[in-house]
Amino acid sequence: MPLRHLSKAVGAAVLLGGLALSAPVQAQTPTSMLDTIRSRGNLICGVNTGLAGFAQPDSQGVWRGFDVDYCRAIAAAILGDGTKVRYVPLTAQSRFTALQSGEVDVLVRNTTWTLSRDTSLGFDFAGITFYDGQGFMVKASLGLTSARELNGATICVQPGTTTEQNLTDWARSNRIEFRPVVIERIEEVVGAYTSNRCDAYTTDVSGLAATRAVQPRPADHVILPDVISKEPLGPLVRHGDQRFADIVRWTHFALLGAEEFGLTAANVDQAAASDPRPEVQRMLGKNGELGQMLGLQPNWVVSVLKTTGNYGEVFARNLTPIGIQRGPNALWTTPGGLQYSPPFR
Amino acid sequence: MSDITAGPVPTPTASRRAPISTTGPWAWARANLFSGWASTAVTLLLAYFIITWALGFIDWAFVNAIWSVPNNQTQACRDLKGVGACWAVITEKHRFILFGTYPYEEQWRPLLVCLLFIGLYIVSAMRRFWRAELGLIWIVTLAVIGVLMWGGVLSMSFVPQERWGGLPITLILSTFGIAFAFPLSILVALGRRSKMPAIKMICIVYVELIRGVPLISLLFMASVMFPLFLPDGMNIDKLLRAQVAIILFAAAYLAEVVRAGLQALPKGQYEAADAMGLSYWQKTGLIVLPQALRTVIPPLVNTFIGFFKDTSLVLIIGIFDLLTAGKTAIVEPAWQGFGVEVYIFIALIYFCFCFAMSRYSQSLEATLNNRRR
Repeated sequence: MPLRHLSKAVGAAVLLGGLALSAPVQAQTPTSMLDTIRSRGNLICGVNTGLAGFAQPDSQGVWRGFDVDYCRAIAAAILGDGTKVRYVPLTAQSRFTALQSGEVDVLVRNTTWTLSRDTSLGFDFAGITFYDGQGFMVKASLGLTSARELNGATICVQPGTTTEQNLTDWARSNRIEFRPVVIERIEEVVGAYTSNRCDAYTTDVSGLAATRAVQPRPADHVILPDVISKEPLGPLVRHGDQRFADIVRWTHFALLGAEEFGLTAANVDQAAASDPRPEVQRMLGKNGELGQMLGLQPNWVVSVLKTTGNYGEVFARNLTPIGIQRGPNALWTTPGGLQYSPPFR
Repeated sequence: MSDITAGPVPTPTASRRAPISTTGPWAWARANLFSGWASTAVTLLLAYFIITWALGFIDWAFVNAIWSVPNNQTQACRDLKGVGACWAVITEKHRFILFGTYPYEEQWRPLLVCLLFIGLYIVSAMRRFWRAELGLIWIVTLAVIGVLMWGGVLSMSFVPQERWGGLPITLILSTFGIAFAFPLSILVALGRRSKMPAIKMICIVYVELIRGVPLISLLFMASVMFPLFLPDGMNIDKLLRAQVAIILFAAAYLAEVVRAGLQALPKGQYEAADAMGLSYWQKTGLIVLPQALRTVIPPLVNTFIGFFKDTSLVLIIGIFDLLTAGKTAIVEPAWQGFGVEVYIFIALIYFCFCFAMSRYSQSLEATLNNRRR
């Protein structure tokens, strides 16, 4: 009866639409993430679809960047091999669902840590890998020294994210009048700024630095010192598996600790064999059972460091070339630095 | 009776010039381009603009262009300051634009897939292959395409779907989209004209619901909301979800095109078929659809071309189709600012496919409708 087939096909379509109306079901983690990842043999990492310095495929289609190195580091910690990662490119809109529904194990996608994301979305932020904040870039010829002098200026901004909201809030609280030029695509908004349609361009400082670095004459542009918002970026995991969250968190701390102790990709093997400092010995698995406490191999930090190098190396490889300074992302031992690892003991 | 009187001897007239020719290119130009002073002025002005622009474009695209740079050193390109194209970006990035993040050493597989798709289109377009075996050819080719893309057998390594990208994604989404949407649309169109109220109602609701929302929101539903309704641990492939959304969307639009064809058919055709005692499906398959579909070839192809390009909307859910791969290629700081070259490259690829579709539909229309003229 072909007519029945017809009604079946159409029925399926209607059913699909009807599903959309039923209440969402919160995804749970039935077994431990660690076992899932080990049995699957790879880590599924949600990354940006393309953001210079943080996550972008190179000409050969290999993912590279700061966030990508964190994916590799976590994979190295758990599986001992930084190449065992599946990268799932996610847009700003689809990233949270992908994590909630279990499509990815961990989301390392320049995501700002906020209270609502940490609680009501059901996520845990595993640390702050990069301290960012919204700033302004202007042409040096304007001679501005502070964003407060932007009264009456035309400001280029991208819509949709918190950037536009931050700008409006900041202008209102500082009684500054401005005319926004709102453009969606980054190339176009930068084009509008460079072709003098706007006096200033605002986005996160890391983005400003990256834009400035590729201008024909970077010195013609100045990033003003004012930072009008806090954008701490970090990796996220789902609520409910503390062990996995611990691993992601301490992978970040291992990168920081390694920089503090001067351990690099090149010297870690030698240090593991002969470094006399007790904390280094504990960290690299010579002494104590730190690895076992996390459910990992004793030499997990050695695997991580051989994969990516320490935090400073990760930073220098991905962010320094696009003109981003260490700034607040320097170690706490440097003035102004905020990156700090709790002790390995 | 009268004598034949000789008339006055014609005086030899001065030889005249041949009349102004009314055929040939000069005559055409005179009639259409230089028929009066206003027309001449407009022609000259436009010719001036077109030639200047064309010369400028040739200068930019060929004369001053840079075709390759060593080692991602784009300073030479930037020094051009826009007077010449930087085709080096295509030289460097063409494999990424065409195949996305597919493993570099394995990219012969997506290349082969693209060629298979094109071969499939050509074979399907030839009328001498229009028989039952064509269905078999499609099934076999699509299976081979699946094996090539996924791998995991015949000593080809397994490549998960999120690494697919570029042209194969665009071809997969549009080919499968149209191949599944078209039969579905015929059923929906027939259902909408059915005398059975339930079926009619379902079809109307389906078409109106789907047509009432933009494709973007359907893709969002498929990629962002749908996974939340699935049971734990169950994940339907992102590409498959987008594919289903595109099929459902395309079917709703095509159904209305097909319905237009059904309505254009004279009532006498239906009555004659009934009078011959044909069953509903015989009538539909032998009398109604062949005539109805023939009438709507232009709007059908119009919709196909539209959907071929609409597949680029999957960029909002993070699938690297041709356009998204192109956009991602210029994220790398060294290559930022060379978007025009990349967009021209992508536009050329889209144009080849769409223009081929359009020309083919014209010839199809001519051969299928020649009996009516």
